[in-house]
Amino acid sequence: MFDDSNIIAGLEIGTSKICVVVGEQNADGALNVIGLGQARSRGVRKGEIINPEQVEEDLRAAMFEAEQMANVEIRSVYLGVSGGHIRGFNNRGVHPVVSADREISPDDVDDVVKNAKAINLPAENTVIHAVRQHFFVDGQDGVTNPVGMLGARLEVDMHVIHGHANRLQNVIRLVRATSLDVDEIVFNGIATSLALLTGEQKELGALVIDIGGGTTEYVVYSDGVIRHSGVLAVGGDHVSNDLAYGLKVHLSRAEKLKIEYGCAMPTDAAKGQTISITNELGLELKRVNVEHLQRIMHLRLQEIFQLIAQELEAVGLTDYLRAGVFLCGGGSRVPGSVQLAENVFQMNVTSGHAGGVSGLTTALDQPEFATAIGLVKFGSLKNRKRNELPFYKKGFLGRLTQRS
Amino acid sequence: MQTPEQDSFLAAPSAPSVKIFGVGNAGDALLGALARAEFAGAQFLAVNADAAALAASSATVKINLESKLMRGLGSGGDPERGRALAEEQFSTLKSACEGANVVFILAGLGGGAGSGISPVLAKAAREAGALVLAFVTLPFECEGNRREAQALAALEQLKSAADGVICLPSQKIFKLIDENTSLVETFKFTGGFLVEGVRGVWQLISRPGLIQVHFADLCALIRDRHAENAFCFVEASGPGRAREVVEKILAHPLLDEGRALAESDAVLVSLTAGKDLSMAEVNRVMESVKRQCSHAQIIMGAGVDAALKEKLGVTVIAAKHGSQPATAPTSVTARTTETRTANAVAAHREAALPRTRTRKTGSKAVQGQLPLNIVSKGRFDKSEPTKHNGEDLDIPTFIRRGVPLN
Repeated sequence: MFDDSNIIAGLEIGTSKICVVVGEQNADGALNVIGLGQARSRGVRKGEIINPEQVEEDLRAAMFEAEQMANVEIRSVYLGVSGGHIRGFNNRGVHPVVSADREISPDDVDDVVKNAKAINLPAENTVIHAVRQHFFVDGQDGVTNPVGMLGARLEVDMHVIHGHANRLQNVIRLVRATSLDVDEIVFNGIATSLALLTGEQKELGALVIDIGGGTTEYVVYSDGVIRHSGVLAVGGDHVSNDLAYGLKVHLSRAEKLKIEYGCAMPTDAAKGQTISITNELGLELKRVNVEHLQRIMHLRLQEIFQLIAQELEAVGLTDYLRAGVFLCGGGSRVPGSVQLAENVFQMNVTSGHAGGVSGLTTALDQPEFATAIGLVKFGSLKNRKRNELPFYKKGFLGRLTQRS
Repeated sequence: MQTPEQDSFLAAPSAPSVKIFGVGNAGDALLGALARAEFAGAQFLAVNADAAALAASSATVKINLESKLMRGLGSGGDPERGRALAEEQFSTLKSACEGANVVFILAGLGGGAGSGISPVLAKAAREAGALVLAFVTLPFECEGNRREAQALAALEQLKSAADGVICLPSQKIFKLIDENTSLVETFKFTGGFLVEGVRGVWQLISRPGLIQVHFADLCALIRDRHAENAFCFVEASGPGRAREVVEKILAHPLLDEGRALAESDAVLVSLTAGKDLSMAEVNRVMESVKRQCSHAQIIMGAGVDAALKEKLGVTVIAAKHGSQPATAPTSVTARTTETRTANAVAAHREAALPRTRTRKTGSKAVQGQLPLNIVSKGRFDKSEPTKHNGEDLDIPTFIRRGVPLN
């Protein structure tokens, strides 16, 4: 269906907003963002759907907006998925090269990749991505394309991202119910890093942290390949919830306070400062201490960064992040979040911007849209690859999305 | 540790006189399930507090512990009442036990009659000079924790009152039955196991043995071992019967797939077969059992019964010392004890937990909660908690870290 069309749509059903980005791919494969639609998301908690009807309604609103803006009809989307159930891990596949001349053939490569994908997952889980890292030929590290090399033993490292099959299906079914097709599901973290990172940064080693409303995704690249990924089911919602609890205000009020006065680093200026909360008539209801507000936010955001830092420390990737840390998502809008992350990670932290696409500059600059843009980019890469592939392989991309 | 009565019994040349008591409704049913023919010479007695149920019993002697107190309604699931009734009629029970060398008590623990009467009956039988062996079932988990607590308390009392208790936690049966088994069949099945055990012990003491298991051996084995005794009875026939029997023993759920053997301090193995029982077969079975329980004292017996023909039947009783002294008085309350029963029940409930011998927790593993003020999780109250290294990340960070706000 998409072979004759160059419109690619990325859909992210987030905890705080549903966001659709429409891109147009020209003949050279370059991507131009032509449409953007968003709606407040009300039926999602921690990145997972809890009220399908409401999500459907919001989704339609976002799709309508995007279609209006781009002046196209969206028939299928690349769907971003997240949630605390998603995990990433590395697996190694081994394959002995049996041909007489010990030359590694493309078939050998296919076999070793197949072996690496044969993993022991819990029965209810399904693989979202299996990303090839590096090949080893007789133990020689860092081979990116072993075809034509000589060797007896071919190994490959794969990064496998998997999640709970039913929960993933829930999102897919919901999108299908709105008469949209799902081209493929993509882990949000991968989409985000596609939007944020350049090839060079991936080569150097980079950590992408996307602090969303309900979840925080993180992905580590180094040597040009994905090394580690994961989801923390903690996000901006938790910050608001902490504020509501700590300052004893309503959740919606806490949300507003977070946006207006939020700060990730406690500031001296806030000492002794108070904000008065007024009702609609202008009468003062309550005074809130800014210092407390900042401290609560600081602790929560610091904890998110610390948890990720601990995780990376545990897998031994901290020293590989030479390009530094890239922040995006709504959480990165909090003033001082870059400084806080620098303190925690002890390295260069940048607020990420989606690069490598042209078009609506307002959309590209927002850290919240990085994921949706990344989804479109993912789609464009797939399209490009698909056009290079023989026809009989084109179908397999939709392997997971075909099931319903 | 032999009482004078037992000495006199051992001196008796003839087969011991046996009385089999079914206590409570479950006990009655078990009694009914015992094939009479095999227990020639044994007397069957039913004891119950429920007159109606007793009337339906097939036992030869029926002892009704009915009193005006209960207005014919039985013990009403309360072991205290059952106990009170039994103690009231202690002399009746004692006289019923007179003249027996061995008394078997069959009961389903957890209810009123079985749990209340059995310990008193055991005491009465002992005072009457008999050796008392109790075969009891513990209730299924789904029957509720009150019954479970009552059953465990009764088991404790029974252990101190009887010479030996062989206990079958019904929950173990779940492993053996498939999902479609009806309730009636399940209970029949449970009963069948117990009946097999009774038959095994019966054969042990009644049949002439090539390698005789003395009654004293049996007493020595099960007495003073105030942990639960695990037993099983398996049968096989055909040329490979010895191997088959071993396999069955090692896979037997009542022996925890053979783990009970490894943990036991004493094991009694009794083989019975037709005339063709060969030494090699005996050797094969014993070797395998010995390998399983290298630390245990093993008592073996072998008997020939022409009626068995091709079949080889093996009874295994594995006993484990409790850490408590045998004579320690047992309180009536549902004091938790270190029994394999408790272990087994708990192990079923929490298969993930490592098997520990010393479980001092309650019979029902309930996570207690200290009366601290519980932090509300606000909007995440109803969502799946986000756990990270045991911390609930939904609870505000400043609270978990104890940062004061003032």
